[in-house]
This record gives sequence, structure tokens and C-alpha cells, in this order.
Amino acid sequence: MKVLVAVKRVIDYNVKVRVKSDGSGVDLSGVKMSLNPFDEIGIEEAVRLKEKGIATEVIAVTCGTQACQDVLRTALALGADRAVLAETDVELQPLAVAKILKGLIAKEAPDLVILGKQAIDDDCNQTGQMLSATLGWGQATFASRIETETGAVLVSREIDGGMETLRLTLPAVVTTDLRLNEPRYASLPSIMKAKKKPLEIISASDLATDLAPRIKTLSVTEPTTRKAGVKVASITELVDKLKNEAKVI
Amino acid sequence: MSVLIIAEHDAGSIKSATFNSVSAALLINADVHVLVAGLTCGAAAEQAAKINGVTKVLLADAEIFQHSLAENLAPLVIGLASSYDHIVFNATAQGKNVAPRVSALLDVAQISDITKVISADTFERPIYAGNAIATVQATDSKIVITVRSTAFDAVSTGPQSAPIVMVDAVVDSGLSSFVGANTISSDRPELISAKVIVSGGRALGSSESYQRVLTPLAEKLGAAMGASRAAVDSGYAPNDAQVGQTGKIVAPDLYIAVGISGAIQHLAGMKDSKVIVAINNDPDAPIFNVADYGIVGDLYELVPELAAAL
Repeated sequence: MKVLVAVKRVIDYNVKVRVKSDGSGVDLSGVKMSLNPFDEIGIEEAVRLKEKGIATEVIAVTCGTQACQDVLRTALALGADRAVLAETDVELQPLAVAKILKGLIAKEAPDLVILGKQAIDDDCNQTGQMLSATLGWGQATFASRIETETGAVLVSREIDGGMETLRLTLPAVVTTDLRLNEPRYASLPSIMKAKKKPLEIISASDLATDLAPRIKTLSVTEPTTRKAGVKVASITELVDKLKNEAKVI
Repeated sequence: MSVLIIAEHDAGSIKSATFNSVSAALLINADVHVLVAGLTCGAAAEQAAKINGVTKVLLADAEIFQHSLAENLAPLVIGLASSYDHIVFNATAQGKNVAPRVSALLDVAQISDITKVISADTFERPIYAGNAIATVQATDSKIVITVRSTAFDAVSTGPQSAPIVMVDAVVDSGLSSFVGANTISSDRPELISAKVIVSGGRALGSSESYQRVLTPLAEKLGAAMGASRAAVDSGYAPNDAQVGQTGKIVAPDLYIAVGISGAIQHLAGMKDSKVIVAINNDPDAPIFNVADYGIVGDLYELVPELAAAL
């Protein structure tokens, strides 16, 4: 089966973000960017399906500016066979990304599409669900285990209070949760090899129209900071403070 | 026009997050309707009808709604959408699963995890793991949102009872089916609505030690038990106990972090707690930057001592 994995270039998860003083957004200049951690898990899962002989081809795709090629190279180094960038300078929101991906999927005709459950920058957790809706396919979000059957996929999902398992008719969309797998590191030889793998650039506007953002960001501010606390010397003092100062017990 | 809230329930009763969502919806519009979809969920619908501020309950009772599959729930909501400007889901596993499917079918944007209602089309929501707060305005004619329950007080129920109207079921999508579930039963309070949470991290070393050290303290406080991602990944605590950006977002009156260093992703899930206590042997652990009360020392001595002192 052909597997398509959508990835996103985001601010590295270890970076402490800084809000711009004019309130227009988060300062991204000179900040380390990486492959969204949930998408790394998506690539890993697709590559494992290939190693098991289930997937025949793994295609990594992303939407955004020319700069996004670096995360596609990472995906190629991790084992994807080829990559596609749907290029645009427009600020993309999940609905627009879902529409572009739909256009790509019409060209590529994959059996399974894997996305991360959320991107760690906008924290939306929407794109996979929107994509499966626009395709009219089944969806399994927050996957922690994927098993394939003929014409179907069995997915265990993390839900509040435990897990559930769904069977989806293929083609289908699956979004990854943290515990689906542990992504591998790209070795130096595979990073070198990835430079030679095909990376196609398509104009996003050829795949979908109506990419304009539907949500306006009016301002971005720092969260209110907690006032500095105190260190106590003993449990007796702690209990006293909780009882008499904070009055929470 | 009115606001439609998609209730979460276990057939017999409405789950707590829905009460918080009603509170957010009432800030948008005084006319709040609740959709209860499921199988033999009449009791849940009757409870929904008693929620203060709810003016109408829509009940869709059919086998295809039993497991809240997104492919079946979304067309049901779409069928009702023409009467509503706002469609509201809880920002829970279920709400996050269905809401974007609904919004894409309506060809409108969805706003995730709102923490404040500024006006009918403008909301606040955290981004970058809660390290920034965005004020966003929707430009679509219909607005689909998910509500972060810890950011809104739960509404109470009253003696009144809103009318319950039956809604016709849609046909089974046939795209997905439920195979089975493995839910963890716990006699502790639900993490997301608990007043007190005792949470453990990697320092606890094992599942046995997580239970042995934290349970007596949690019992004394009537607390729910949480965990950091490290503790969950190491198998010390179940997955659904994870507090953080990728786990549950909680805001109890008292959060006790035991052996948790305080990574950005963990803080995203608990830094709105009213009082935070940190117990850690590393005086430089970042958790002390957000803790109201910190104590440096060996958790194996301090936690039993704290449990005994209560």
C-alpha cells in the first residue's frame, strides 16, 4: 500500500518561545526549527510499515514556504522514499492545509494517510480530522497502535479513561499519538542519501483555491506569570502554609 | 441564533466537562441547546434538561451513536447546524475528534481550546504549549469551537427542565466501526475535574513505587493521581494519567508535583492550578519556578511524612 505522511515545520520543542513586544506574534527569527514531534512519529510508523513489507512507498508532504524543504529532507533521511512541498507564502490554517492535502491526495492516491495529532506551535489538533472529512474517509485520531488487514486498518486510540480500538475501511486517515512508537535518529549516511532523494515542489494554489486564513489573530500576549513562591524547610511548615495561608486543605 | 453544545455522557449521566462548556456558551448567547447523542441515553438527556441555562435538549438515540464515532456524529451535527451560529464541543478526546470534522464539512474554521470568550466571534486560546495567549477572531458565518473546561466554572443543575426533542438518526457511514475498549477503572476522582491532584514523575522509579508512595497521600486528600510524560512512558502510570500539553490540562485547587522536574510540556498542563506544591531533590528543578510552595528533599521520606501529617 502507498502511505502518505503529512509533516509540519515548527519551532523546536525545546525552545522557550518569546512573544514579540508589539503583540503581533511569537518571535521566530533565528530560532531553531524542526520537524513537529508528532509528525516524526508518523514518518516512523510509515517506515516501519514499509520495513514489514506492508507499505510499498512512503511519501512525505508538507505545505508552506521554500524553507519547509529542510523538514522534508529530515523525513527522507528517516526513511521516506520521496517528498512533495506544496509551496505558498500565504499564512496557512488547518482548513487550508486540509484542502491542499486533498489536492495532493487526488494526485497520489495513497491508501493510508498519516498525520501527527497536533502541531506544537498552534496546538490546534484539527488537520487530520478536517482532511478525512473533506475526503469523505474514515478517521482514527490519537493512535497508539496500527495494524493492517486486507482493505482495512485496526487502530487503537488513546481516549480519556483508557483506550479504544476501531476498524477503518481503507483508504483512511490516522493521526499519531506520542506512544505509537519511538522515532529513530537519522544516521549520517542516511542524511547524505536523503539529499539525492526526489523532492518535488508544486504550487499550493494549483492544488486548492481558497487558502486565505479564516481566523484573524488580533494579538498574542505572554501568559500571566505566577508570582514567585517560597521554599519551605519542613513538612510541618508546608502543612501549616497549605492550611492557614493558601487554605486549600 | 442559539448555541448548540454537543454533550459528553456515559448514557446514564452527563460528564463534567459539558457543564463547563455550558458556562462558556452562556457567555456567547443566553439560548443554549444541548445535543445528547448515544444509545439508550434518555437519562443523560433528562439530566441535560436540568442544567441551568439550557433551554432545549436534542436527543438522538440510535445504535450508530453508541461509540461516538466521528463519521456518524458529524453528519448528525451538520443536519442541525442551520439553526445555530455557534457549535460548541468540549476540548476532550471526544470533542477534539469530532469538532474539526464538523467544521470542515461546514467549510468553516474551528477554534480549539478556548480559555476566554471576549465576544461572540472573538476568543482567547493558548498556543505554543501555553507559552503565549492568542486573541483570535473568527470571520466565518458559523463558528465551531472547543472549550477548555478548566478555564470555565461548571454550571449547576436546577429544578427546571428544558423540553427534550427527539432528533432523527443519520445513516451509518460505514467508514469505521468500534472493535473494543480497554478503559481503566479507578475509584479516584476524575483527573480533569479533581480539586486536588497528586502527580508523580520519573523520580518514582517504578509502577510499584508510584502506587506505594502516592496512593496514601492521594487517599488522605481525596485526590486524583496524575503523572508526567516521563512517568507514563516508563510505564509507572497509565497513559490517561498524563498531565501536559499532549495529555490532560488540569487546574485543581491544589497540585502536588512529586519528583517532576517541570518541563515546558508538563507545565502547559498544570500551571493554572490555584496552588502548586513541588517536592523534588533538585533545588534547581524548573518546577520550583512555578511552585507556590517547594520543598527540597527525598520524596520517599517527604511524601509519607506529608501523608502522615494530614
